[in-house]
Parts: sequence; C-alpha cells; structure tokens
Amino acid sequence: MIKDLTRGIIKENPTFGLMLGLCPTLAVTTEAINGIGMGLATAFVLVFSNIFVSLLRNIIPKNVRIPAYIVIIATFVTITDLLLKAYVPALYKALGIFIPLIVVNCIILGRAEGFANKNPVLNSLLDAVGMGIGFTLSLTLLASIREVLGAGTLTFELLGMGKKFFLFGADSYIKPAVIMILPPGAFITIGILFALKNYFEKKAKTE
Amino acid sequence: MNYILILISAVLVNNFVMARFLGLCPFIGVSTKYSSSLGMGLAVIFVMTMSGSATWFLDRFILIPLNLGFLKTIVFILVIATLVQLVEMIIKKSAPLLYDALGIYLPLISTNCAVLGVTLINIDAGYSLLENIVHSAGGGIGFTLALIILSTIRERLEYAPIPECFKGAPIAFISAGLVSLAFLGFSGLPVK
Repeated sequence: MIKDLTRGIIKENPTFGLMLGLCPTLAVTTEAINGIGMGLATAFVLVFSNIFVSLLRNIIPKNVRIPAYIVIIATFVTITDLLLKAYVPALYKALGIFIPLIVVNCIILGRAEGFANKNPVLNSLLDAVGMGIGFTLSLTLLASIREVLGAGTLTFELLGMGKKFFLFGADSYIKPAVIMILPPGAFITIGILFALKNYFEKKAKTE
Repeated sequence: MNYILILISAVLVNNFVMARFLGLCPFIGVSTKYSSSLGMGLAVIFVMTMSGSATWFLDRFILIPLNLGFLKTIVFILVIATLVQLVEMIIKKSAPLLYDALGIYLPLISTNCAVLGVTLINIDAGYSLLENIVHSAGGGIGFTLALIILSTIRERLEYAPIPECFKGAPIAFISAGLVSLAFLGFSGLPVK
C-alpha cells in the first residue's frame, strides 16, 4: 500500500516519467508559487476524482464510464475554480484559463481509467496523493529554475504570507535572462531536464 | 478589418501552441511525421471551429439566460466529447475518404486542451458569432502551422548526429523552443 503512495513521486512521476499534463507544466511555471498553486489545485481534483471513481467503480456501466469520469472530474474542477476565485484571487488570475483546463489534464483521466476503477478507495486515495505530490514537485522544480534564471527572484509568497527572495542585488553585474520566463524558455528548460533524466537513467543502468 | 486582426492574432501573435501552451500533448506526440501532422492539424481545425460555434449558441441561449455561467466547464467538455463522436460517425458514413485521412485522430481530440481552451477564451473575450468562428478557425490554423513546422524539423533531425540522451522528446522540446523564439517576433505586431 505504501508503494501506491510513493510510486507517483519519483518512479512514475507524471511529468518526467509519464510525460502527462504538459500544457499547465509549461504555461504557468513562471514563478515558483504558481507552480506550487497549480500542482496543489490539480492534486485536489485528482484526490477527489480518484475517491469517487473508486467508490462508484461497481455502479458505473462499462460502456459509459469515460463520460461519467469526465462529469466527476469537471465537478471538482468547477469547485476548485470557484474556491480559488473567492479566496486566492491573485493565484486565480495568474493561473487563468489553466484552472478550467484541469478537466482535460491527462493525468487525472489517466489515473481514473488506469488505477481508481480497479482498486479500493484507500489505495486510490494514496495513489492520487502520490501523483499529486509528484506533479507539484516537478512543477515547482521547473518554475524555480525558470524564475531564478529569468527574473533573478524566487517567489514563495501568497496573500502576504511567505517570502520573495531577491537573488541578485539591483547593482549586480549579473542580469537575469528574460527569455527564460517567456515561452521559449519553458520549452528549452523542459527539454534539457528530460535529457538529464535520460542521461542519469542510462548511467544507472550501465553501472 | 476586425476579423483579419482576430485571425492574425490567433494564428501568429497568440499562437495556441507557441504562445499559449495549449495542445502540447498531441503537439509532441504526433509531430514525428509530416503526413500525420497534416491529418491531425486538419482534424483540429475542423473540430475547433465546430465546437467554437456550438458552445457560443449554448452559452448565449441557455447558460446566460438561466444564469448558469459557472457550469460552463462541465457543459463545454461534454459538448466537445459528444460533438467529436458525432462528427466521427457522420464522416464515416458520408465521406469515407476524409475518414481514412482524419479518422484515427478524431478520438484523440476530445482530450486536446486547445479545443476546450478556445471555447473558454471565446466566451471570456465576448466575441460575436462570426468573430467567434474566425477566432476558433484561426486557433486551429495556428496549431496546424506550429505542428507542421515542428514535424518537418523533426524529420530532418532523425538523421542528425544528436547526443544519445537528447534523442526523441528532449530535442523536440528544444526545437520547439527555438520555433517559439521565432514566433515571439510576431509579438511586435500592433495586434492585441
């Protein structure tokens, strides 16, 4: 059962292992806090949709299961959307259209179809938590790299809590490369991260 | 004039893949061959235009009068999934040649976030029906353009001496980054 929880964090990490959910991964990772926020919002939807799909797994007829899962997922996405809009408007604005688009994030439908509809509630819950943590970690990693290189800051600040770090002083001769927080930077960063992952995997295999 | 600006904005300036990051999974998945990119692209243009106009009617005549705007995510995704199935059945019966070309891509499109994305962007922008159709088609054309550019680059890269660990997805992403850099040049156009 512990395996269900840890699987999603490293070995089958949604971003780096399975290459799922790329759109939000690249789009919102301009500040570390946006990466964390998007990761947690997705994890929230993932946990509840996995629980409900698992609970209803013997009731939903096989032929209409995909539309049924989509309705379950879309319900929780709408709840997330309204909650963020009400309580964390700054994050809501930064994530924008990618909150309603959690519906079509392949991780969630993939876990419903691939895991939750065959397994008991507790295992499905642990699986969702693991996958959610894995997704949040990879988003945070990507966002931190891009923010440090592109803006020279590291933001962990929301609603006045937390802290925003300024890595270079105003008169420092190192200037951030703005391209990293623009779209090309996202593509190039994730390409290099995938290549690094391939390199270390191959090295571990030959040893 | 307004329609031309919307079209240029959707195809070049706010390109769905390169600037808005929508539809990346099929973008990386399908772009290994030019012929399949073209098929996927045409299918996406078709479905995006259809669902763009269908959701406009739904929003204008059902959701807004009943004050149910908050249900749009649920309603739109169901409409898109149904529409894709319907289109698949109609094409299969009436135009078998077209079905051979697009058939295998249609089921993939229901989970393409560019399609749901364009419907939501349309509603947020408050477009009229005609503007809506132009913007949806433009989004699809922009997606196809980016897909074709990347697929032709990847076909060439197949024979290039790339370091082992960069083969496949990593080099595809880096190439996409460079294409995106080129698209960034369009942001200088005086179009919103």
